[in-house]
Amino acid sequence: MLRVEKLKIAGLPPLSFEVGDGECMGLEGPSGSGKTRLARALADLEPAVGHIFVNGAERNETPPPEWRHLVRYLSAEPGWWTDTPREAFHGDPDSVKVQQRLLASLNLSPGLLDKSVSILSTGERQRLALVLALIDDPPVIVLDEPTSALDPKNTALVEELLRYRLLAGSSILLISHDRTQIDRLSDLRLQLAPLESDTAAPERMR
Amino acid sequence: MTYVSLDVAQLALAASLILVNGAVSWAFALGLERTLFINAVRMTVQLALIGFVLKWIFEQTSPLWTLGLALIMVIIAGFEIVSRLSRKPKGIEAYLLGSGTLLIVGTLATVFAVAGLIGPDPWYQPRYVLPILGMVLGNAMTGIALTASTLIETAARERTAIEARLALGADRFTALDGTLRLALKTGLMPIINAMAASGVVALPGMMTGQILAGLDPVEATKYQIMIMFVIAGATALGAVIAGYATVLLITDARHRLRLDKLHAPSSS
Repeated sequence: MLRVEKLKIAGLPPLSFEVGDGECMGLEGPSGSGKTRLARALADLEPAVGHIFVNGAERNETPPPEWRHLVRYLSAEPGWWTDTPREAFHGDPDSVKVQQRLLASLNLSPGLLDKSVSILSTGERQRLALVLALIDDPPVIVLDEPTSALDPKNTALVEELLRYRLLAGSSILLISHDRTQIDRLSDLRLQLAPLESDTAAPERMR
Repeated sequence: MTYVSLDVAQLALAASLILVNGAVSWAFALGLERTLFINAVRMTVQLALIGFVLKWIFEQTSPLWTLGLALIMVIIAGFEIVSRLSRKPKGIEAYLLGSGTLLIVGTLATVFAVAGLIGPDPWYQPRYVLPILGMVLGNAMTGIALTASTLIETAARERTAIEARLALGADRFTALDGTLRLALKTGLMPIINAMAASGVVALPGMMTGQILAGLDPVEATKYQIMIMFVIAGATALGAVIAGYATVLLITDARHRLRLDKLHAPSSS
């Protein structure tokens, strides 16, 4: 479970909300309304004042590398730091099994792991980054436009995978320009508006 | 000693060569005339002044004056490092980084070379300490500035890749390990290349100076070999210290990449 208390990010009204186990919250708002900054702040990649709790752990009292195993942020344009995707994965046998399952569920051939990242398509890179993000089973997953480069068929596969994560008890925060995707997946919706409004609270969709 | 003194008229004749640079700048519309003139004047004044300052300090017996000038050299070299960064960190940390690193490696290298190797009596004589320190600072400064600026530029360019690693739970040193390696390699390249070119393409300044002053060339090369190793060691140590310090400077204690701690890139 993710609980946010009076989180202050520069240029945004203080935010408080809760996303339960197995719940998904859609994050909406025009460009520049701070969706990505909120997402990054949840993973403590961007400075913000206030409290964030995940399953009882508090952000400021948790070493950042550990915190980012609790709150996994996947950027809209994930960066790669290795020549091939395989080098980016840890090689321990357990995670290899999870990796194979995730690859199969996203229609990715294992052969892609040994190709140079630079020759992979944007969509392949995006799905591989999702595999990397989910492989250690983080309890909170923050996804910034996870299907922006995908065709409808692969988008459906990603949504299927996310539904499976929700059933397994993860909490998901989803940024998407596709409103119908948020409708399909989310239990809550948080509308971020420009600074004029002094509060922002999520509305329950179901 | 077969030493020939230069008079002011001879210097003025040499200075007329600046007109060649001026002509190039004018012919190719480089717009460098002003900078060129200012820097030429600056060079002349600085060197003339340091000549008188050194002469005066050599006449003093107190090592305090030597120490004082050494500190001023370290601080100025620290400023020079910061001025070579294409993206300057906000605040004074960058100056502390530059001067602090030089203070450490300048002290170690100079004491090692003068007290440990050359061994004049007493060892802290300014005519040994200050030239050696100057050569160490000049070279270490280049290595440190290259390391720091490569690290900063690469981190800015590879931001998404670095943040991807942080987001997956890497600490800041792990997330920046490739960046740091590239920066160190870049910072060490000039001194490594200088070793290859020494004596073939370039006759190093100190050796040339000693030969012009009448010293036996073989004796002069021995000094030069010694100083090259001292400089190489100082540059390597300085690059490593500055590399780690720069990683700390562009990140924070919460292991975030903080490019907002840098000023926007300057075009110069």
